[in-house]
Amino acid sequence: MGEIVQVAMAEFKVMKAPGQIVTLGLGSCIGVCAYDPVLKLGGMVHVMLPNNVMAVGEVINLAKFANTGVPLLIKEMEAQGAVRFRLVIKIVGGAHMFSTAVQESVFNIGNRNLEAVEEACRLLGLRITARSVGGHNGKSVNLDLETGDVYVKTLDSNGMSYVLLV
Amino acid sequence: MIKVEDLSSFERDVLKEIGNIGAGHAATALSQLLSEKINMSVPAVTIMPLERVSELLGGPEELVIGIYMRVFGAAPSKIISVFSVEDALFLVDKLTGNKFGETKQIGEFEESALKEISNIMTGAYLYALIQLTGFTLLPSVPAFACDMAGAILNSALLDCAVLGDHALIIETQFSITERQIDGHFFLVPEPGALTTILKALGVDPSWEK
Repeated sequence: MGEIVQVAMAEFKVMKAPGQIVTLGLGSCIGVCAYDPVLKLGGMVHVMLPNNVMAVGEVINLAKFANTGVPLLIKEMEAQGAVRFRLVIKIVGGAHMFSTAVQESVFNIGNRNLEAVEEACRLLGLRITARSVGGHNGKSVNLDLETGDVYVKTLDSNGMSYVLLV
Repeated sequence: MIKVEDLSSFERDVLKEIGNIGAGHAATALSQLLSEKINMSVPAVTIMPLERVSELLGGPEELVIGIYMRVFGAAPSKIISVFSVEDALFLVDKLTGNKFGETKQIGEFEESALKEISNIMTGAYLYALIQLTGFTLLPSVPAFACDMAGAILNSALLDCAVLGDHALIIETQFSITERQIDGHFFLVPEPGALTTILKALGVDPSWEK
């Protein structure tokens, strides 16, 4: 099965098969998965906020923001031999966790994260092939490096469900 | 720009005291609501990296109930109460006068009951803060989520991520005579609000000297 590597908030990981890259408990954050099927090389970044303009003071952690985190992930994957046009991009998260909270766009950080990730992908010439975004549910993501399959786990009072993202 | 990491031990003590008094009021309110004696632990003021906050609650994938309220006014903040599902069901049983174990599912009614508990506790907490600081502080309506701890906390705390990688958490636990309730109560001041609160209490924040 290989190693299971966990990506914490505002972190990114790149590795080769065998193994899995996971991130747990995504709310309004977004997990961006990239996979090069030829090399069986995969990567994931867990971004928290749309862009680094929102940061006050010095910016240290590029993986925290969609506009810097996505390029960071792609750069690292290319450094390990990935070819950009082969990359399969799948995104998960961007939920609006609190159902009765104000829905206006300014407060809906999930939605803004989503827009920022899409914009970052567009600027890099990446096509998003699958997504499990929005809604009101927290999600965990599992990227299988052997196949490039992405599994999304959700949880509520009725239990857990685990689905293949296509 | 202030970083919460820079707080002196005196400033932490002041915040801890706010947490203590506020939580005392909140526990009294809960006690009156449920007609039960409530014991409260001395609150812990912790400053921890955002990604570790969910560990307090049993890991990022732990199913929990989170009730989240924004506080508007001179010191904008967030108040988040988090309960395990079992504790939440117990509280609903208590509030509605059911026998323990009668409530089995969190439905619309239970959600509403829990929001009300949180609303009353937050109101009491805020009242303490208002008396101490002389500010006008108004809570929003409560927002409810039953989901993974990581997802709930991260979404609620996200404004702090603008400030830095750490969150300031004033955490209190309480127990109702027959049962320990691990209710976590987080007061998270928004950027700037911390300075305002400390100043109102006569503390000159060390980062402004």
